[in-house]
Amino acid sequence: MTTMQTTPRPDTVVRANPARDTWNVLTRELKPVVRDPFSLIFSLVQPLVFLGLFGPLLIGQSGAPVGETLQWFVPGVLVMIVLFGTGATGSNLQYEMMTGSHERTLVAPLSRSSLLIGRALKEIAPIVVQALIIVLIAWPFGFTINLAGLVAGLALLAVFGVGLGALSYTLALKTKDREWLFWGVQQTLIFPLLILSGMLLPLDDGPAWMQAIATVNPVNWVVQAERALFAGDLGAVEVLWGWVAAVVLAVLGLWVGVRAMRKSN
Amino acid sequence: MANEPIIEADGLTKRFTVKKKTVEAVTDLTFQVQRGALVAFLGPNGAGKSTSLRMLTTLIPPTSGTARVVGFDILRHPADVRARIGYVGQLTSGSFAQRTRDELLSQGAFYGLSRAESTRRADELIESLDLAPFATRSVQQLSGGQKRRLDIALGLMHAPPLLFLDEPSTGLDPQSRANLWQHILDLRATYGTTVFLTTHYLEEADRYAERVMVMDKGRVIADDTAAQLKANLAGDLLTFGFADETDAASAVSVIEGLTDREVRREGASVTLTAPHGDALLPTAVRALDAAGLSVRTATGVPPTLDDVFLALTGRTLREAGEGEPAEDEETDAAASAEDSQEKTTTGANR
Repeated sequence: MTTMQTTPRPDTVVRANPARDTWNVLTRELKPVVRDPFSLIFSLVQPLVFLGLFGPLLIGQSGAPVGETLQWFVPGVLVMIVLFGTGATGSNLQYEMMTGSHERTLVAPLSRSSLLIGRALKEIAPIVVQALIIVLIAWPFGFTINLAGLVAGLALLAVFGVGLGALSYTLALKTKDREWLFWGVQQTLIFPLLILSGMLLPLDDGPAWMQAIATVNPVNWVVQAERALFAGDLGAVEVLWGWVAAVVLAVLGLWVGVRAMRKSN
Repeated sequence: MANEPIIEADGLTKRFTVKKKTVEAVTDLTFQVQRGALVAFLGPNGAGKSTSLRMLTTLIPPTSGTARVVGFDILRHPADVRARIGYVGQLTSGSFAQRTRDELLSQGAFYGLSRAESTRRADELIESLDLAPFATRSVQQLSGGQKRRLDIALGLMHAPPLLFLDEPSTGLDPQSRANLWQHILDLRATYGTTVFLTTHYLEEADRYAERVMVMDKGRVIADDTAAQLKANLAGDLLTFGFADETDAASAVSVIEGLTDREVRREGASVTLTAPHGDALLPTAVRALDAAGLSVRTATGVPPTLDDVFLALTGRTLREAGEGEPAEDEETDAAASAEDSQEKTTTGANR
């Protein structure tokens, strides 16, 4: 036979190692973001539209000073970034399932959990960068920044994003080869979650049934926690509930996501 | 260890349930492949080639039966199998959003190569697979042939002793196909890799594979070298031309004395299909000469693997591929059936 320069190395072949595999999946996912950071700016168009076109309406309607309205509205816009951006991230995986590269990673010696967790953790990077851009844009208009609140707010947003991202990937895995179904479910859920979070308009004036549903909407809790944090009220009870909602969502999302990834083929 | 087959499949069977109908995609697949071999599964779409490959590469579990690949059981030690094989699927291995070289480096990391080793290996493969001009382009920007070469490079990053290729040249123009094959053969000569591929191009199996397993309807129906398959199962088509029909009619009985094959006359020519026709042709010409029959023309056309497939199944490869569901459609339909059970829960969670 020919020269066997590359006989298998039975003692040195890689073994699945969830932590290292997760890191490798995460760094791979970050590469396109690093190579083309402009894509992050581009996906900010939607929250910027809300900030620029919906914000003035809010200001006009409330009659409150611009700064005060922004203090209420901007934390909601940050959560919106996660809802629209991270909530759609599953489509990237679905595209890779369709084009074939997901299959390649399934044959690689990677732990199944790392394929999901690494992807979900990657979501933190665009969330933090985009949230900082929004905050910096709102700043000159009278939005005040409390440094401790900002750090805690971004951390909460990151945890919420990991959970929502994991759920979006789960949806992608479950709707293999049916892109329409992914978008159908995603779009069906996203607007009720958005409106029932009091992100755009306060729910205080809504009917009781809306308020009742909103109390079980984790997005609502995260929005309220973000408002408290950006107001510098780090010890508010809303903050605690926001963290509970985000952590529960993250744990649930990662759990169902890892289960779905184990079944992927 | 060295003499142990690199693949041992034992009764591999895969059944899918699609819309309450059970489809047996692969039935009782049993074979062995020795180290260093170049083996092809040849068969029409839907024959079960890809499903077999997906079982051997741990992507899907068999319904029954098992296999040892690179010394490890696919069911009990899938991770050990994965670490030691390369796999190039039917689709594109590189993510469209990633750059060519980035994907190679990520792949190296996935297989536990150090950063230095990964870089060296990636650059080596970029060089040997002519990917240098596209190394910093995104996969999406590559042509079909370039994508396929990247797929091969990704499959070889960790220098696996065994490389699986699922329809490696489908969709490529003839020139890219020849080029790709040159790369596969070169890499095999350099690294001694065992290559196991599926194809529905009979020319490809004929020309490159040292061993051809003909698959149809989920079963291996023949397994030998292409030359042996053709010699044993098909035979050469011999045609003799004569001055007139009378001569041709007399020739039939002369030739019938030389072979047990059926001899047909059509006008002034006589045809038959016979194994080892290359040897029969001069013998027949001499015998006809001796009988006073003047042979005007004599041709011998060697058989193709299509003739082999026809002899085995009564259909040509092209006919067999039509009217049957494509293989991946079957698999995907089955996967969707599994998925749909849990769709509602996911929806609720979101």
